[in-house]
Amino acid sequence: MHVPDGFINAPVSAAAGVVAAAAVAVSLRGARKELGGSPEAGGDRVAPLAGLVAAFVFAVQMLNFPVAAGTSGHLLGGALAAILVGPWTGVLCIAVVLLMQGVLFADGGLTALGVNITVMGVVTVVAAYAVFRGLRLVLPRTRGGVTAATFVAALVSVPAAAAAFTLVYAVGGTTDVPVGKVLTAMVGVHVLIGVGEAAITALTVGAVLAVRPDLVHGARGLTAPLKLRVGGELVDAAPAAPEAPAPKSPRKLWIGGVVTALVLAGVVSFYASASPDGLEKVAADQGIDAKADQYEHATADSPLADYGVEGVESARLSGGLAGVIGVGATLAVGTGAFWAVRRRRTENTGGARV
Amino acid sequence: MGAGHAHQLYRRGDSPVHGLPPHTKLVAVLGFVLVVVATPREAVWAFALYAALLGAVAARARVPAGFLLRRLAIEIPFVAFAVLMPFVVPGEQTSVLGVSLSVPGLWGAWNILAKGTLGVAASVLLAATTELRALILGLQRLGLPSPIVQIASFMIRYGDVITDEMRRMSVARRSRGFEARGVRHWGVLAKSAGALFIRSYERGERVHLAMVSRGYTGTMPLLDERPTTRAQWAAALALPLAALPICILGRTL
Repeated sequence: MHVPDGFINAPVSAAAGVVAAAAVAVSLRGARKELGGSPEAGGDRVAPLAGLVAAFVFAVQMLNFPVAAGTSGHLLGGALAAILVGPWTGVLCIAVVLLMQGVLFADGGLTALGVNITVMGVVTVVAAYAVFRGLRLVLPRTRGGVTAATFVAALVSVPAAAAAFTLVYAVGGTTDVPVGKVLTAMVGVHVLIGVGEAAITALTVGAVLAVRPDLVHGARGLTAPLKLRVGGELVDAAPAAPEAPAPKSPRKLWIGGVVTALVLAGVVSFYASASPDGLEKVAADQGIDAKADQYEHATADSPLADYGVEGVESARLSGGLAGVIGVGATLAVGTGAFWAVRRRRTENTGGARV
Repeated sequence: MGAGHAHQLYRRGDSPVHGLPPHTKLVAVLGFVLVVVATPREAVWAFALYAALLGAVAARARVPAGFLLRRLAIEIPFVAFAVLMPFVVPGEQTSVLGVSLSVPGLWGAWNILAKGTLGVAASVLLAATTELRALILGLQRLGLPSPIVQIASFMIRYGDVITDEMRRMSVARRSRGFEARGVRHWGVLAKSAGALFIRSYERGERVHLAMVSRGYTGTMPLLDERPTTRAQWAAALALPLAALPICILGRTL
């Protein structure tokens, strides 16, 4: 998934670099709060903890998950980091991992570093976390709910990154490839990769939840209240810091809206991509299918894996899925922004009351 | 950082390239890659000259050609993308050995292959002649914010520890007869990944406490402040400065 030098032109690379630098700067401030508890006091905790989490992401990317008959995949880790340690620390850790991979292992071009951080760090983490928070509003407040939300978040994060890469390529690609077809193929393939990512991420988060639920950032608020045994009877311990009760969200309206939008997007894009598609025909005529097979192993985990060898049926399917994911991502981002604003407002009023 | 902490790409040596200050080498590689990317793809000869320049640097650093070529394998996914381009890009068609290929697609494939390979080769040379710790110090002297430098150095310092921990877990699984063969075994592997996260995070907490008890307040002192001489800058920047006229010639011709 690492973009090399010369793939994206200079102005777009520079713009992506500015975006990445801004995202990292904002994440540094946010990570101080996530890891240290408060923006002022936690400064000295950020470097060791984020560094160790980055080392973990780096190591876990080397853990091979066998798929079938000799092929295997590995985690990309964006969604996992976002849910385990929070989105700010997640962006920070992935950015540092990408920087080190670029400088030390020549994995990803130096001039493409901004593109890599923006696509694989920022887009993946933000999409995953926004979907995760959105689903947490809807799903029951249990461990199962967290795991299910994790699954969907990781599933969406991978095609979201593929779509972001296609967008960057459409704006600043050095070769004119038909963008609509690239998008369909990229998102289609990445939905499949995303399913694997989603299963592994959900299983991993579930495993951490079972042992140290307090470490999972996305599951804060799940911990059962402490009980003290006083004279043989269980008494509620005094809560350390009482949280303001979350205001009731209009869940029914939200679910209805999501379902309607998803159905519409799926059906509409099905018709939009129902016309005969040239790319698949070219691919079949030229026998790329056979050629691509030779590269399958080396590129099994790359965004370009099996690029352009979709069958017609799966192209339709992936077109529909692309619409569904687009709607999902948009809704999730909107909900996330709304949620963030609302939370700030309730915090403010809470402060005023006290 | 002792000898055991050198990364796989590093080749110990005392060539003039090894001896240059790391930040000058970083600037040189970045400048070289920028020049390469700015060269129009029609100037095929320019890329041959760039490759010759890198070859000269490799010879000066006494990095064997085989070592360099093996490390280029990291590029393979994008080579696959480049190979597909002549087939899928629309435009004027040409015939090579009876197969119909698109001309813009061939140029696109050449563009990615040439620039990507030169970029990877330059980065491999940088990594082969510079130690980890020196690279991070170089990034710091180039103005990378201190928190990022610290996170990166913690990641590098504990990367091997965490990777070894993962390897020990794998040995433990296998010595108990477990072999991951398919999707059914993902649960076990994911539990290992979860355990690895908990161990990493708890190690981070211990490291932090140990450092706080030794007076850490969130910043690290910068120990290495040797000034860089003009001659060192000149030696490092010889590579991009030699590449620049090639690029200008390639744009004008």
